[in-house]
Amino acid sequence: MLKQMEGSQAVAEAIALCRPEVICAYPISPQTHIVEGLGEMVKSGALPNCEFINVESEFAAMSVAIGSSAAGARSYTATASQGLLFMVEAVYNASGLGLPIVMTVANRAIGAPINIWNDHSDSLSQRDSGWMQLFAETNQEAVDLHIQAFKLAEELSMPIMVCMDGFILTHAFERVDIPSQEQVDAYLPPFEPRQVLDPAEPISIGAMVGPEAFMEVRYLAHAKQLQALELIPKLADEFKQQFGRDSGGLIRTYRIEDAETVIIAMGSVLGTIKDVVDDMREQGHKIGVLGIISFRPFPLEQVRAALINCKRFLVLEKSLAVGLGGIVATNVRMAVSGTGLKGFTAVAGLGGRAIPKASLQKLFVQAEKEELEPVSFVDLDWDAVNKQLERERQTRRSGPIAENMLHDKGMSTAAKFG
Amino acid sequence: MPSKPFAITLKPGTSLNNLTGSWRTARPVYLDRLPPCNNACPAGENIQGWLFHAESGDYEQAWRVLVENNPLPAVMGRVCYHPCEGACNRGQLDSAVGINSVERFLGDEAIKRGWKFAAPTAASGKKVLVVGAGPSGLSAAYHLACMGHKVEIYEAGPLAGGMMRFGIPKYRLPREILDAEVQRILDLGVALRFNTKVENIQQSMKEGGFDAAFLAVGAHIGKRTFIPAGDATKIVDAVSVLRSMEGEDKPMLGRRVVVYGGGNTAIDVARTAKRLGATEAIIVYRRTRDKMPAHDFEVEEALQEGVMIKWLSTIKQAGEGEITVEKMALDDKGFPQPTGEYETLAADSVVLALGQDVDLSLLDGVPGLEMKNGTVQVAPNMMTGFPGIFAGGDMVPSERTVTVAVGHGKKAARNIDAWLRGTVYESAPKHELAEAKNLNTWYYSDAHKTVRPMLDIIRRQSTFEEVQGGLDETNALFEARRCLSCGNCFECDNCYGVCPDNAVIKLGPGKRFEFKYDYCKGCGLCVAECPCGAIKMVAEDI
Amino acid sequence: MSFQPVKFYQTGTYTVGNRLLAPDERSVQAGEMRSNSISSGHRACQGCGEALGARYAIDAAMAESKGQLIAANATGCLEVFSTPYPESSWQVPWIHSLFGNAPAVATGIAAAMKVKGRHDVRVVAQGGDGGTTDIGFGCLSGMFERNDDVLYICYDNEAYMNTGVQRSSATPPAARTATTMSVGPEPGNVFGQGKNVPEIAMAHGIPYVATATVADLRDLEYKVRKAMNIRGARYIQLFVPCPLGWGTASHDTIRMARLAKETGMFPVFEAEYGEVTGVLKIRNKVAVEEYLKPQKRFAHLFGKNAHPETVARMQAIADRNIRKYGLLEEEAN
Repeated sequence: MLKQMEGSQAVAEAIALCRPEVICAYPISPQTHIVEGLGEMVKSGALPNCEFINVESEFAAMSVAIGSSAAGARSYTATASQGLLFMVEAVYNASGLGLPIVMTVANRAIGAPINIWNDHSDSLSQRDSGWMQLFAETNQEAVDLHIQAFKLAEELSMPIMVCMDGFILTHAFERVDIPSQEQVDAYLPPFEPRQVLDPAEPISIGAMVGPEAFMEVRYLAHAKQLQALELIPKLADEFKQQFGRDSGGLIRTYRIEDAETVIIAMGSVLGTIKDVVDDMREQGHKIGVLGIISFRPFPLEQVRAALINCKRFLVLEKSLAVGLGGIVATNVRMAVSGTGLKGFTAVAGLGGRAIPKASLQKLFVQAEKEELEPVSFVDLDWDAVNKQLERERQTRRSGPIAENMLHDKGMSTAAKFG
Repeated sequence: MPSKPFAITLKPGTSLNNLTGSWRTARPVYLDRLPPCNNACPAGENIQGWLFHAESGDYEQAWRVLVENNPLPAVMGRVCYHPCEGACNRGQLDSAVGINSVERFLGDEAIKRGWKFAAPTAASGKKVLVVGAGPSGLSAAYHLACMGHKVEIYEAGPLAGGMMRFGIPKYRLPREILDAEVQRILDLGVALRFNTKVENIQQSMKEGGFDAAFLAVGAHIGKRTFIPAGDATKIVDAVSVLRSMEGEDKPMLGRRVVVYGGGNTAIDVARTAKRLGATEAIIVYRRTRDKMPAHDFEVEEALQEGVMIKWLSTIKQAGEGEITVEKMALDDKGFPQPTGEYETLAADSVVLALGQDVDLSLLDGVPGLEMKNGTVQVAPNMMTGFPGIFAGGDMVPSERTVTVAVGHGKKAARNIDAWLRGTVYESAPKHELAEAKNLNTWYYSDAHKTVRPMLDIIRRQSTFEEVQGGLDETNALFEARRCLSCGNCFECDNCYGVCPDNAVIKLGPGKRFEFKYDYCKGCGLCVAECPCGAIKMVAEDI
Repeated sequence: MSFQPVKFYQTGTYTVGNRLLAPDERSVQAGEMRSNSISSGHRACQGCGEALGARYAIDAAMAESKGQLIAANATGCLEVFSTPYPESSWQVPWIHSLFGNAPAVATGIAAAMKVKGRHDVRVVAQGGDGGTTDIGFGCLSGMFERNDDVLYICYDNEAYMNTGVQRSSATPPAARTATTMSVGPEPGNVFGQGKNVPEIAMAHGIPYVATATVADLRDLEYKVRKAMNIRGARYIQLFVPCPLGWGTASHDTIRMARLAKETGMFPVFEAEYGEVTGVLKIRNKVAVEEYLKPQKRFAHLFGKNAHPETVARMQAIADRNIRKYGLLEEEAN
């Protein structure tokens, strides 16, 4: 059923259709509207057979989900940013124990400085946590990926994060097709756990494993993700059969057939990129787009195949591996290693910084001309940065950075528009 | 579990594969220690053994275990000076278990319910003569009969019981109790001939065709001392007084009676005199109360009844209606020495309670015997120097109590039985003693001894009713349950419970426990927390 | 003394078993068929109070739930010695997640059981004092305030033993640990720190809070059974001496627990909805020295450089507990 609705509400409805049995809720922007929506549904009775638990922290949220999932209940939670970091120990534990928890990450920057706006630093910080990570481009895809996520997680007995851009998606009102309960039920069978805490058949979950078996355990987690590389496209196909919609999969390409330059990105920014690419195609540029949906497992083979015929690529990412450059870019480079392809990294949109089409077009043209530095920063205020760097060179106690920079920016803004 | 996560998820209870017993440097072992009560009992009773059954209310079984060693529990429960209670470890906790009172309860219960001894085992064909129907003789006869020997008792007097009848006043031992317990022994087939004084033991054995004899004639001759006295003063001996209490003619002692001596007999006779109507019953004793051989509780009871005691005094002279006593003083070594101070006391009669001698005339002419201090010497197996003649009770050197006598009877019976079979009786090796330090007394509830009801003081001074009452069932049960079971497992489950390694197997009621040494790490908690000291640690050979 | 009550047993109720008791009055531990929730072969030290306490508690919970029990476990000695790959000692369905989240994991299990309609299945969470009073405290408090249907059992051995005996917020004053060494002018753990988690639990107004020791099985079993018959958040702090961490003989584990209670150092009580409803009275009051002296962690208080003033401060703590909880019997009238 097509509805005009907020992304968070759409996701809440999608989760409810998946018949979760335990939902752990802790407020953090920008995911809050999702659990608020679910809480209302549970309380009203619209979502029956579900325990909605107001926990005292994200650490508890994930811990409660660990318990409920291990006890055989379909378990869900949502978080973002600091919340994700606060639960990190439990995040690793959930995957280590092989518990198929589904968690929405409404992607948001990580402080300090505290910032509630979107980038991908939070979930990408958990790239090695053993969780699968799927990135939604639109709210429709967010809805669809959640439905697929339960099936994927439970099939593999591994947890999964469905990542959607905070505010940009979560708070955006868009037209979304919410499937019917019958459709979802037909696609998603009830949770049949691979292991469960059951007095009738006791097991001990969570043993201490020493050097004699620890590497094997880690490898098996890796092997699970390799299995997911096969399962994700399969589930996307099944999804299409059931719901009549292309959604999910490992990657998605756009106008890539004869592209010499390929722009790679994840999440909602792909929409803007496609608009720019359309414009540039009209102008005759041979440019295309590769969207990565599955960041974990990372589809090395598919990315390599998508890029093998281009001349250069640019990874535009909303994350920064401080001291290195790009996080997604590093993964992409792994995929194309040995091909000799020229690759560039552009870090954009950190902490919610707008990514205007104009800036992108300028960037893509530079990429085509291979005039870019290996790592570049889109719309970075170099003036402010340089002034601060200069101050720090001169004075040990150079004052608070943020205040200095606001001052600088204020001055520069005044200069520009004044 | 192929589908469950490797290594992280485990099957339950699989640690049983890990045999932690290899960590151990010392192992716990169960043992039985000798309870101090059993150790102290002159009659060799398995006190703890019978208390065990009494604790669960199975009084008949308790009685049966009791009479394995002593056929006279109702008597014993009244007249025994219960050295068991003196040794009882509970005495260090609150007060000793009232073993004696439970014993009496069981004895009385047996009489009330008419419990009989089990019929003797197969007849041995041997015949044993027992001389004297006192405690020692009756005990020997009982045990010998149980072993299948034919037993005859020759008793010089007209009634059975010996000193139990002629030495212990009724108010301590009602005669129907004595009679009942004697009869139960006779019911085993023991023949008892009264008024049959053995003049010559060898001749009596020959005439009766006896294969062995046990002599237990007792000590019935009152010791005398020289007291210068006028004709008017009546001087009698205590044994005669007490014996005549059993006849029709009660002794005439007058209103003011002086008893000379400090033993239990002196107390008995003074209390008897009081009951016979004496206004004054005064015991004259040459030393102090703490040196007095009489049991303190008896002294106490006598004092309560109005008996007076003149400490540190000797009788120098007895005149008409009065006696002269000399004050004594204890020297450095604690011996009384005359002081030259005199005092007179009114006295219608003087009763000498200075001990008793044995009439050994029946042994005249028996070769190989050794006499010493008026008693016959016996080997550790109770046999005299003449093969086949055994002796016990007051006529052999020992403490002269009913309980010791009963013990002699049992011991002699066992040795006679062995001798008759041409073997030597070997007693089971003694376990190490269960001492207070072996116990963990935390586990025992605080519970003071149940005081037996005492007869009202007025009635005690004027009648021969039994002074001390018995326990009823509830408080006998209570009392039995105060037993700590020193040194012997009573299946409290502590070892089974406190083992952090589940290394103790509970074998079920009556079967106790076993250690699973595969898992026992040797921590010693079971030993430390065993209430009764029935486990000890033994070093492993490493 | 006129009459004793007839129902008196040779060893009262202090021993594990008693042949004179009716079967339904016997302790769980006395039963030949007790569940032995933790099997033999676990790797706890000799004389481990926690291994013993855990079996006591979980067996009782198993008995009361008729075997329908799931346990969540915090990281710590209990977890490490019971489940090193490839062997588990547990006979109950059991999960270990993290050091600080056992209460929350248990909440999740309880929620799952509720939503699945398995009202017969009960949930316990357990951890050491570090996992409970320190790192797991947030989750514990959350579980309490939501009144989740979980019985949480804290095995209190007064320090982080698994990591090598470091101070926790349950470590008593003056105790030597690896992070409160017995050096300097005031050796050992400082006075005036630490937290009383049973009382904090009571402040949450949860239905049931109790303390107990491994020295009194009957009391412990009573409390576990009682707790198992209540729905909502319940907390039992079980005192479990640690021979390794305290420097006591392995056979003294129970004696130490007994002395902790008999001195008043560890008050044994129970509370319902924030109100103390019962205390286990001291039977034979003893001075704190008797409790402290056998423990090497307090050795610096005695001997050559003794600290009698510190012992007096410990006695004052015990005396305060005695006053506060009314641990002594009223004077006999």
